[in-house]
Amino acid sequence: MSAKFEVNYSSLIRQAVIDAFKKLNPKDEIKNLVMFVVWLGSIWTTIILFLPGQFNRFNLQICVWLWFTCVFANFAEAMAEGRGKAHADALKKMRTKTMAKKLVGDREVLVPSAELKVGDFYVCVAGDAIAADGEVVDGIATVDESAITGESAPVVRESGGDRSAVTGGTKVTSDRIVVRVTAAEGNSFLDRMIEMIEGARRQKTPNEIALNIVLVSLTALFIIVVFTLPPMAHYNEGQAQQTGAVLTTIPVLLALIVCLIPTTIGGLLSAIGIAGIDRLMRRNVLATSGRAVEAAGDVDVLLLDKTGTITLGNRMATEFIPAPGVAVADLAEAAQLASLADETPEGRSIVTLAKEKFNLRGRDINDRDVIFVPFTAQTRMSGVDFSAGPSGPGRSIRKGAAEAVKKYVTERGGRAEKAVFDTVDEISRQGATPLVVADGARILGVICLKDVVKGGIRERFAQLRRMGVKTVMITGDNRLTAAAIAAEAGVDDFIAEAKPEDKLARIRQEQEGGKLIAMIGDGTNDAPALAQADVGVAMNTGTQAAREAGNMVDLDSNPTKLIEVVEIGKQLLMTRGALTTFSIANDVSKYFAIIPAMFGLLYAAKGSSFGPLNTYNIMFLHSPQSAILSAVIFNALVIVALIPLALKGVKYEALGAKVILRKNMLIYGLGGIIVPFAFIKLIDLIIVPLHLAP
Amino acid sequence: MHAHEILQIILFFGLGIALTPIVGRYMAKVFKGERTFLHPILAPVERFVYRVTRTDPNHEMTWLHYLAGVCIMTVVGAVSLFGILMTQQWLPLNPQGLPNLSWHLAFNTAWSFTCNADWQSYSGEGVMSYFSQTVGLSVHQFLSGAAGIAVLAAVGRALKRASVKSIGNFWADLTRCLLYIVIPLSILWSIPLAWQGCPQTWKAYPAAHLVEAYTTQVPKTDDKGNAVNGADGKPVMVDARVDTQLIPVGPVASFEACKQIFTNGGGWYGVNSAHPLENPTPLANFLEMLAIIVIPMAQVYMFGLMIGNKKHAWTIFAVMLSLFVLSFIVAWWAESQPNPVTAPFHPNLEGKETRFGVMNSTLWGAACTAIDNGSVNSMHDSWMPLAGLMPMWNILVGEIFFGGVGCGMYCMMFHILIAVFIAGLMIGRTPEYLGKKLGAWEATWAVVGVLGPNAACLIPTAMSCMIPSVISGTLGNNGPHGLSEILYAYGEAANNNGSAFAGLNANVPWHDVALGIAIIIGRFAPIAAALAIVGRLASKKTVEASVGTLPTHGWTFGLTLTGVIVIVAALTFFPAICLGPLVEHGLMLAGRTF
Repeated sequence: MSAKFEVNYSSLIRQAVIDAFKKLNPKDEIKNLVMFVVWLGSIWTTIILFLPGQFNRFNLQICVWLWFTCVFANFAEAMAEGRGKAHADALKKMRTKTMAKKLVGDREVLVPSAELKVGDFYVCVAGDAIAADGEVVDGIATVDESAITGESAPVVRESGGDRSAVTGGTKVTSDRIVVRVTAAEGNSFLDRMIEMIEGARRQKTPNEIALNIVLVSLTALFIIVVFTLPPMAHYNEGQAQQTGAVLTTIPVLLALIVCLIPTTIGGLLSAIGIAGIDRLMRRNVLATSGRAVEAAGDVDVLLLDKTGTITLGNRMATEFIPAPGVAVADLAEAAQLASLADETPEGRSIVTLAKEKFNLRGRDINDRDVIFVPFTAQTRMSGVDFSAGPSGPGRSIRKGAAEAVKKYVTERGGRAEKAVFDTVDEISRQGATPLVVADGARILGVICLKDVVKGGIRERFAQLRRMGVKTVMITGDNRLTAAAIAAEAGVDDFIAEAKPEDKLARIRQEQEGGKLIAMIGDGTNDAPALAQADVGVAMNTGTQAAREAGNMVDLDSNPTKLIEVVEIGKQLLMTRGALTTFSIANDVSKYFAIIPAMFGLLYAAKGSSFGPLNTYNIMFLHSPQSAILSAVIFNALVIVALIPLALKGVKYEALGAKVILRKNMLIYGLGGIIVPFAFIKLIDLIIVPLHLAP
Repeated sequence: MHAHEILQIILFFGLGIALTPIVGRYMAKVFKGERTFLHPILAPVERFVYRVTRTDPNHEMTWLHYLAGVCIMTVVGAVSLFGILMTQQWLPLNPQGLPNLSWHLAFNTAWSFTCNADWQSYSGEGVMSYFSQTVGLSVHQFLSGAAGIAVLAAVGRALKRASVKSIGNFWADLTRCLLYIVIPLSILWSIPLAWQGCPQTWKAYPAAHLVEAYTTQVPKTDDKGNAVNGADGKPVMVDARVDTQLIPVGPVASFEACKQIFTNGGGWYGVNSAHPLENPTPLANFLEMLAIIVIPMAQVYMFGLMIGNKKHAWTIFAVMLSLFVLSFIVAWWAESQPNPVTAPFHPNLEGKETRFGVMNSTLWGAACTAIDNGSVNSMHDSWMPLAGLMPMWNILVGEIFFGGVGCGMYCMMFHILIAVFIAGLMIGRTPEYLGKKLGAWEATWAVVGVLGPNAACLIPTAMSCMIPSVISGTLGNNGPHGLSEILYAYGEAANNNGSAFAGLNANVPWHDVALGIAIIIGRFAPIAAALAIVGRLASKKTVEASVGTLPTHGWTFGLTLTGVIVIVAALTFFPAICLGPLVEHGLMLAGRTF
């Protein structure tokens, strides 16, 4: 999507403006109680305008700005929704109906894709669109999944293993596969994607609900505060014998309520949540619910597969260690020869190492002279046989597990030299894999294969540790190997010789202690663990079972993505906290604008228009009306001003909790107290010359 | 400001802080069921109580059952106290033959004492018989204080638990609190007070012959005791010669000890600790002030021990102490300023005992309001507007600058939860407190705990302003000062302080009933909220802290908490305070007083 999905901002904004007004209908407004209060206030002030003697410039302006407050909040939400909506629409266009070659017995029957049922088989050849989600049961093919992932390079899909899932709407670019349908029309991955993009935002997350309760309670509190004011003010009015001295008309009271209740966060709350899901989506991760994104911020433990996440995924040859009396170059040459036909990453890395270290080029080998011996589980060796011929005497070179090669050599009358096998033990102890190379009955030496830890991963883990997230590596390797890699990568803990059920057990055990666990997985045997984890990210390349078990899908299938997911989750919560603090802190300045405006005249000496409470007009606002209007206008505009922050999220840095708190408290707490003083004054300076207020 | 005043302040706070860990540890031991040095004597008594009342102290309760226990105790107490007050005329120990109370005064008093507010719409010596004072009121000074501490014990205990539903046994907590804490401390404190001159007697009021007899005018009464009205409709006045004076006495010393230690504050005498027999000497004054802070300070330490996080407790302690000291300093400073209207008389000694002076009056005033005590040794009504604002502020914030016994700490917990909630979000995690995740339930109840008392203060204050008879008939002063009196009265009722600003004549049906209701809300909203919160938290799992979790100790958290407390209270009460003390202060500077 990063590649494919582009957003047209001007049309996005146009749509959001339209939606902002559409959302003024009570059905939408009541979903957000804080803004619903503003909405009711707007209606009330509107009604008041039509009461006799109430239509004046001041009341009209209050009314207009209260309506704007509602519209701005709606606009924020619409903006946040717009992106996802546009994306979902783009995906919906892909759901075009195709014809599928359904397998009936041995015959291929052309049927509309909608008629495919779970369990049916169909055939796809190069050029065909995949008709329905399924699992490859036969064959291997390259598939262009760019429609979904935005990644243009085709990916391999083959039967068996963890790369068997195909997605409806993608295209086969080569070969032929037979697919068993796993999801019927309407229930496909594409449907789910659309549903996720559209639906994840519908449900409120637990934290959103809790925060909403705090905000609604504050709103209730301020309503009480404001509506208990007039009796107290009128009491003083009576005592001072100044009838009409206090400004407690309904529009003023409603303006005060709207200024005090947390409209800033109330108006932006849903936008923040949607934007969080959206940020994930832009990183090609789809979340099934906002709850999952929120949980990501809370994650205490990351469970990471070693292969592909921490290490590059394959062991690489790092060293040739010759047997006594053997030149290292000879060993390298033999190793290279034995690996020429070995297409595994390990084999290729041996060829590369020999080339880099000894400048040995893979020479041309006459096919007729050479027989490649592939690796089998029985022999646990691979290699090459040269028949005797003009180019030299016959050779049979083998590389493989120490025990297997030992057997091979002794069978041919050779000797298993102790020094070589000491090296083998030494390498194993270091957590690497030794491969012994033999030429006929002679052992040449050992190739050391090592897991290579990804560049920069150590720093990422250090960062996670500073965020308070523990990393646990899971590997099928033995303890020694695991410990060595764990130390190199800097993970906090590891599980060696892990069976699939160990993952599940570990998750359960950590959850017992109240911890939240995130994991990433692709294989079928990961599914139970993915389902159990609080944040389970399934890779798009993974099996159907895995994709359904997790609560997020990573379309890029990049395991390190988990770290970004955690960061986005934290950012989401931080943005909520920061804007809540800012919203409440803002109230201080609004009091200093509105209270002197309402009660400034009270107990004024005869002939003076300044009573004692006018002292608190520390911003020297021009008049009571301009003061109240400035506060209301500021309150409405600040919502718009903060939309970018709500959508982008507060900047996240991997610092300790204390440092982050201190920083954010200064910016949003102290800043939230000070900043509005300046802006309310500024608005006052603008509206007075414009004759908007006396 | 004199050296001896500074010395006394240092001694006062120093002793309070020094006693905190000692008393706090002892209290924690009592509630954890560990042995203390009093166990050899009191453990048999405790067992006896359990046997007689058929209580199984090991029977654990859920938060709802615990709450039910508190409610049953309070309601039964309030109803029986109501009965006593309505019938004291016919009950024993009434040597003065005092009549029954009116229904509204009895209602108000019954709830006020059973809810640990001890607001008094009356003067004790003129209204209450010995029986009412001791069997009626005193009992509840013990019980209500003990119930508050018991709730805090349950709160602390529950927070330490994980994955269980129960939070302790209320009856056991109550019994232990009474036996090991309330009774020993009351006895300990009443001895020096009796030595310093507080009466401790059951005899009738002695009559003193006046050195100088005088003549005064009293309304003429007929045979039946009814006032006789003259032709103009006004009572006919006749001369009366006064040569003796009744001196009200009673078991004052023990009443006083309990009143001070367990943040009751309801005095034996109407003028409370300004009365020379209730507070006879400087040493008695110091001891009574110290008694105010001992348990409220120690409860924070006890809470820390019970939750197993002393650092957190000391941070709370520091926040409470700073805000308390701040309110005292402002009051002392404001009260030491010359009143522009009465200048050059300086400082303001109106409403004060000259024997205590400005410092001791303001220190007491700050202490008895920062801590939910409500006793007075000067009349706050007569303080300067800004000085009078300080006790009012302490009360309106919610009685958490140590606050009442038990309730000060659990009310503080609501503010802590709100602070944790907002601060927790700001560091990018779902908020958690002491390793427990906070959700909608906790947020709801924390807000109920804060909002309940605030609403119970503001709404009846506004309603009082709308009742003409209240404004014309019950206010001691005009102008904004009258509003201050109402606001103060409902503030203290809603926060169960019981302190009186004086000036307000509260013994009218409206005030008695409305204040009574405010007291009930102010008592039960926080208790229910605290128990509901910890009941849920006890059933949650505890997560170990990591560098990613919000630290609930240290400067950063302390300042955050302070910010939340001050902002929430200021946003709630700033407008009302503006219309009361602040406008009055402005007017005083302009030369007008009320």
